[in-house]
Amino acid sequence: MRNLAALLSGGLFGIGLTVSGMIDTTKVQGWLDVFGEWDPTLAFVIGGALIPMSIAWRLTNNRKPLAGGEFPPPPAPVIGRNLILGSTLFGMGWGLAGLCPGPAIASLSIGGSGGIVFVAAMAFGMLMAPALKARLDTAVPVAS
Amino acid sequence: MEQDWIWGLVGGVLIGLAGSVYLLVNGRIMGASGIIGGLVDGSGWSTAKERILFIAGLFVAPIFIIPMYREVDTHLTENLWVVIVAGLLVGVGTRFANGCTSGHGVCGISRMSLRGMVATLFYIIAGGVMMIFARHILGII
Repeated sequence: MRNLAALLSGGLFGIGLTVSGMIDTTKVQGWLDVFGEWDPTLAFVIGGALIPMSIAWRLTNNRKPLAGGEFPPPPAPVIGRNLILGSTLFGMGWGLAGLCPGPAIASLSIGGSGGIVFVAAMAFGMLMAPALKARLDTAVPVAS
Repeated sequence: MEQDWIWGLVGGVLIGLAGSVYLLVNGRIMGASGIIGGLVDGSGWSTAKERILFIAGLFVAPIFIIPMYREVDTHLTENLWVVIVAGLLVGVGTRFANGCTSGHGVCGISRMSLRGMVATLFYIIAGGVMMIFARHILGII
């Protein structure tokens, strides 16, 4: 059941990203470009996604996941260096290319070499992140 | 296009349903960077099968609906240096922040997570500043 749900979830995510236009980098960059011809689409995508997701979180109360196990516990409300630094770096890349991890994978189905280069660079960055984090922790000791 | 926002809303609801399935059945947060990153660095190999199937669905499903469109293009910049730098930033950044648009944005905000809201605020501001700087000042995108 876990595997089928994962495939279904990935498929719905991919179709949602395609239908909403989020695999088109001009829609993402158009939303960020408040000084250009502003494109409001991304706000509707996030707004639309929050509706079922808020209901889903409500349904987790006093229940267990259908495939067993436990629901993820609420994260400690700690705003640390890694969260701020990471989100800032991620945002810079997101703004530059107009792609984040989900749409980057979904956009591979359209073809084109640029998407493959982006995903390869992203995977390399992900691979390097734990070592970079360790080095930063040694240089500037801080919790989370 | 005038009806783009309607399709944005429809697609958004589908994305939210995708996150709901992953949460209610598997008990996990649908974060694209976490699902991919766990496979890349080995931290998620114990749940490799469901991660691979999620990514397979994400990659394959659009192929079935793309023929319905006259023209689909990612309009990704042809400047490969920009693509590489952006990819590296997204890879490193999402792993430091432990989430991206789907995990912090969609799943985090909907559960009123402070971390998700702060992360979203920072990546939107950084994205906007970077995008505007690169387009209107540097002129590279």
